[in-house]
Amino acid sequence: MRANTLIQAYERMALIRAYENTVVSLAGQHRLPGTCTSIGQEASAVGVVSALSSDDLILTNHRSAGHLLARGADPARMLAEVMGKSGGYCGGKSGSLHISSKELGVVLTSTIVGGELSLVTGVALARTMLGQAGVVACFFGDGAACQGRFHESLNLAAVWKLPILYVCENNQWQAFVHRQETMLADGVVGHAAGHGIGGSRVDGMDVEAVREAAEHAISRIRETGAPHLLEVMTYRLRGHFEPDDQAYVDPAELARWRARDPLVLLRRRLIESGMADEADLDRIDVEVGVRLDRAVGVADASPYPERRELTSDVYA
Amino acid sequence: MEMTVNDAISAALAEEMRREPTVLIFGEGVATKRPDLLGEFGATRVRNTPLAEGIIAGTAVGAAAMGLRPVVDLLFVPFLCYAMDEIVNSAGKLRYMSGGQFSFPMVVLAMTGTGWGVGAQHNHNLEAWFVHAPGLKVVMPSTAADFKGLLKSAIRDDNPVLFFTDLALGYTAGSVPDGDEAIPLGSAAIRREGGDVTLVSYAKTVHTCVAAAEALAERGVEAEVIDLRTLKPLDEGAILRSVAKTGRLVVVHEASGMCGVGAEIAALVAGKAFHHLRAPIVRLTGPDAPAPSSFALEQAFVPQADDIVTAVEGILEDRAAPVG
Ligand SMILES: Cc1ncc(C[n+]2csc(CCOP(=O)(O)OP(=O)(O)O)c2C)c(N)n1
Ligand SMILES: [Mg+2]
Repeated sequence: MRANTLIQAYERMALIRAYENTVVSLAGQHRLPGTCTSIGQEASAVGVVSALSSDDLILTNHRSAGHLLARGADPARMLAEVMGKSGGYCGGKSGSLHISSKELGVVLTSTIVGGELSLVTGVALARTMLGQAGVVACFFGDGAACQGRFHESLNLAAVWKLPILYVCENNQWQAFVHRQETMLADGVVGHAAGHGIGGSRVDGMDVEAVREAAEHAISRIRETGAPHLLEVMTYRLRGHFEPDDQAYVDPAELARWRARDPLVLLRRRLIESGMADEADLDRIDVEVGVRLDRAVGVADASPYPERRELTSDVYA
Repeated sequence: MEMTVNDAISAALAEEMRREPTVLIFGEGVATKRPDLLGEFGATRVRNTPLAEGIIAGTAVGAAAMGLRPVVDLLFVPFLCYAMDEIVNSAGKLRYMSGGQFSFPMVVLAMTGTGWGVGAQHNHNLEAWFVHAPGLKVVMPSTAADFKGLLKSAIRDDNPVLFFTDLALGYTAGSVPDGDEAIPLGSAAIRREGGDVTLVSYAKTVHTCVAAAEALAERGVEAEVIDLRTLKPLDEGAILRSVAKTGRLVVVHEASGMCGVGAEIAALVAGKAFHHLRAPIVRLTGPDAPAPSSFALEQAFVPQADDIVTAVEGILEDRAAPVG
């Protein structure tokens, strides 16, 4: 990847990290409800989303902050949503767990584990039938891959040749259960072959590798119209949901993955290759910090929804 | 024109697909069993699917949000249990949860009800579940004309609509007006006028109520029969106006009673027309038991015309009792 692309990737990843750290600290102060943070998964979000073009769509799940910010979401509107304020992306009616933004092309976010897998086929079908170009990326976890809907979705997408990039963010955890307890294989990519579609796996801590794997998968989808399963091997560096002391996590495993923190890896690469120096990256960190402080102020100032919103938008 | 309920459904589908190019239909065997639609509209808009109700429903939800107007045939209502998440959590909630960013113009077709001896995993009247869930509309017609007109409205509606066909009605025939007549959702029909008692029902048991009303007429009792047609939105006005006139209410449906549609109607009338009531409200429903497949037990499961006549006679006697 070229220097400016990689520095942009660092910027986005730093923004996601800063956003999540802000959410953690506000949750700790009881200024907003707990959320599922994506700390540790920034390279996955930025690598895949930056490989999409603006008319591609995204479906995501409860751990969506990285995907939204990678797509260009405004952290102030996201924070307002988490706070239940009217200035949020969904007018305060989503909270953190199911933020959708049609204008950003992040649609039908579902926190039913596997929900996005059941909806993505219809999104892709509509686009194909309406003659709209573009692929539909669907982010889901290794836990969701244990749902029957995972197989139903892959099978239908294969049979109907739907242009879907399935992105399994295998972060090794399914809430409080380790992935090794729930599947015999070491991941989910093997299921692609069973459904007759392309599959690939990538180191999810390396943003360049993720971006390349995503680009490769997307160009194959654009050429063939057929779906592809990309498994991103990553790690949930914080707990499932704030607060979560991670007492159940093997400290050696956590340490091993912490050493591969995607921001640390990218920082090292940028500096060692001479694309950036320490001061450049520190400056970016400071800038995103300032941006987040401002976002908190904007979100705080947003009013709560009016009482009449309680029953609005139930029916069209 | 005289046609069966099944033909009325087919006619509505064909007319709406002709009228609106974004309407498509899919499900297990849909393309196989509807060669006319397949021939006219092609394999893109008329599709067979894998045998997986969850993904069929989910695909409809996703497609509806992105500009299509899907109709899915999930065959039998109990099979909707496999699709509950997509219907209830996605179609019913994602409009609200997204702050109104999406709408879900889609129709779920399924059959239910006694009459074929198919047993409880093909026959389970679950309509009240969906009435209870926000964001959904529920339609259960009783005549061929209504099947056609209401299905047309369901397809044109911008909300998810569950459109259930009472199994026993599929091959019954009725007169259906020619042309493009859509019947609005949410309006009940008065099947028979009368001033002594109000019988409220929907689907197959509307016809049972009409039969009971005819038997009662021979005894000098005039029953008014209200066919709800749409369970949600519910035509409260039609029910309350009739009870204001008759002072007596019998609600009849095949689904079991506890937390059923009849309970809602009884509560509605008790709350808003209490001063008009001259007798206790009666509910005649199926029992709290799985639907049996034995014909004899199946018949015992469904409220029959005789049961309605007896129930009405019971509350008419109350007329003689001193008030206050
Ligand atoms: C149908 C359903 N079951 C359970 C949950 C509770 N839950 C929320 S997230 C989660 C873990 C999901 O694991 P995975 O799919 O690997 O995603 P991750 O949280 O690791 O990103 C669980 C069990 C849910 N939201 N939906
Ligand atoms: Mg996981």
